[in-house]
Amino acid sequence: MSENRINSFIGGPDQQGRFGNFGGRFVSETLMPLILELEKEYSRAKTDQDFWYQMHSFLKDYVGRPSPLYFSEGLTSHLGGAKIYLKRDELNHTGAHKINNVLGQILLARRMGKTRIIAETGAGQHGVATATVCARFGLNCTVFMGKTDVERQAPNVFRMKLLGAKVVPVTSGRGTLKDAMNEALRDWVSNVADTFYCIGTVAGPHPYPAMVRDFQSIIGKEAKEQILEKEGRLPNSLVACIGGGSNAMGLFYPFLEDRDVKMYGVEAGGKGVDHTMQHAASLTGGKPGVLHGNRTYLLQDGDGQIIEGHSISAGLDYPGIGPEHSYLHDLGRVEYVSIKDDEALRAFQLCCEKEGIIPALEPSHALAYVQKIAPNLPSDHIMIMNMCGRGDKDIFVVADALGFEIQDS
Amino acid sequence: MSRIEAKFKELRKNNSSAFVTFLMAGDPDLPTSLKIMIELPKLGVDIIEIGMPFTDPMADGPAIQKAGQRALDSGTTLTKVLDLVKNIRMKNEQIPIVLMGYYNPIYSMGVEKFLANAKKAGVDGLIIVDLPPEEDSELCLPAKKAGLDFIRLATPTTSPTRLPTVLKNTSGFIYYVSVAGITGASNLNVKEVEREVTRIKGKTHLPMCVGFGIKTPSDAKKVAKIADGVVVGSAIIDLIEKENSIDDIKNYIKSLARAVHY
Repeated sequence: MSENRINSFIGGPDQQGRFGNFGGRFVSETLMPLILELEKEYSRAKTDQDFWYQMHSFLKDYVGRPSPLYFSEGLTSHLGGAKIYLKRDELNHTGAHKINNVLGQILLARRMGKTRIIAETGAGQHGVATATVCARFGLNCTVFMGKTDVERQAPNVFRMKLLGAKVVPVTSGRGTLKDAMNEALRDWVSNVADTFYCIGTVAGPHPYPAMVRDFQSIIGKEAKEQILEKEGRLPNSLVACIGGGSNAMGLFYPFLEDRDVKMYGVEAGGKGVDHTMQHAASLTGGKPGVLHGNRTYLLQDGDGQIIEGHSISAGLDYPGIGPEHSYLHDLGRVEYVSIKDDEALRAFQLCCEKEGIIPALEPSHALAYVQKIAPNLPSDHIMIMNMCGRGDKDIFVVADALGFEIQDS
Repeated sequence: MSRIEAKFKELRKNNSSAFVTFLMAGDPDLPTSLKIMIELPKLGVDIIEIGMPFTDPMADGPAIQKAGQRALDSGTTLTKVLDLVKNIRMKNEQIPIVLMGYYNPIYSMGVEKFLANAKKAGVDGLIIVDLPPEEDSELCLPAKKAGLDFIRLATPTTSPTRLPTVLKNTSGFIYYVSVAGITGASNLNVKEVEREVTRIKGKTHLPMCVGFGIKTPSDAKKVAKIADGVVVGSAIIDLIEKENSIDDIKNYIKSLARAVHY
């Protein structure tokens, strides 16, 4: 790596939408004019005070921001090491960080005069957030969801329908998140005039990775202010889970230039990161490739065919990861690790018992990593973990994994 | 002169349009693919497009998606696609062969290695759906250096201001996508296609082939009147999916060829 490159971790992407060698605009010609138009409009909005005024007023009164930075006394004393803070993004309206980004994109879609919104969703959190904001602004909303996920996440499917969205079960491929994204892209090329594609994570063709990061970085900006107020100094480390990587990017980004702050991105290790590929750890177990409009680390076989991710958490089983994470991985700025299904489950239970917070399975992965390293750290080590979603949606999966039967009543 | 150039020169002399077929390599399996593809020149096909299967064909409709899945299920890899080309080339020295697909399998093999192997196998051109002009340094420019045509898609969303960017590094022919949509779409509007083809032809000397949504000999005939070439894919692949006999598939291709060459 050149000296020049490490002068700044926050300069990306370049004009071509690249973070180093990652990112880019690998889309069909039909979509190219659309993403160029989006890039132009986003760069206009970025410097428009009215846009941000609107954004912040909705974030405050509709989403409920700022989310608290909570000192987790229960986990800290139980683990007996680092001082643990939780950034409570699970308290947002709709129960996860997803709405921060959706709000930004929908306000942008309105500026562009688009009347129809499409989105992909895995666990359903991004779908619910999109359906919610579309209902608020009276926009037509269609959510693509893999057939397998429609079956696994019935409560969220019903929520989206209540909110007036059309949920399209995707049967192509193997019917999971990546197939839902393929189908959303197919819908977009077929409805170019009136449709805005609201991508749920820091992936896709430029400008999506940068734009979603910018909308999510409210998490890190708040956390920085809050920790300075509470502790009078920056944290020693940050921990966040990663599927596509939007909550992690949102927490990390405002701290990237604070070189003393260590960062851990926690991928889904599924049943273990080995040759059987029963995991979703793109950085730990994948290699660079091109999918869904960007170059990034991907789970793939020796012939460049994409492999399905596996995780107990439907929000993490995407075979790719945002290109900026790939870049930060190769630079070594963020350390990427993986946590297995059973470790996440134990952390889920611990959080319920020690903190009275039912976490989503996604941040349970981050928590499991906290559980691993916190005991060996000194008590003056301040650690912030992003509690990016609540676990209500996961109780059926967890009950099943723990051998409980929840009766339909 | 390249095989593609020679073919269009010959067609122009006969005042005829090119009949281009798209079939997925390895659909339903490689031996059947080979059996059908070596017959294509005799059936009146002028240019053979061969699909390289990919797990995530984001620009394709259900027919080609499933064809790709069948091909992958039958064990088709990029190396085997190139072997298939080699086998067709052994039987026919003249017919242009164009590979169509997505970038990742090529990227995974390595661009240099792929280009060398493709050239050696007898490939003439490439159509890579997810490589727009903005990414030309990835494969387009190296391909041209290796002596392969890089055939670009122009679409209804390609505005007059963008058109020069699209045309700039394109060679062989221009593939005009007749609808803003996915392959196998059903809303072909010949009048609109004619207007667009005329617009683009004014800006390039390259031949223009039209594809996406051409399903019947009657569609093919109409498009042949306004373009230098007609591409049919999903409609033929549908017959493979329905397990029609090779003879039925051949007869259908013949009827399309007659319509184009009429």
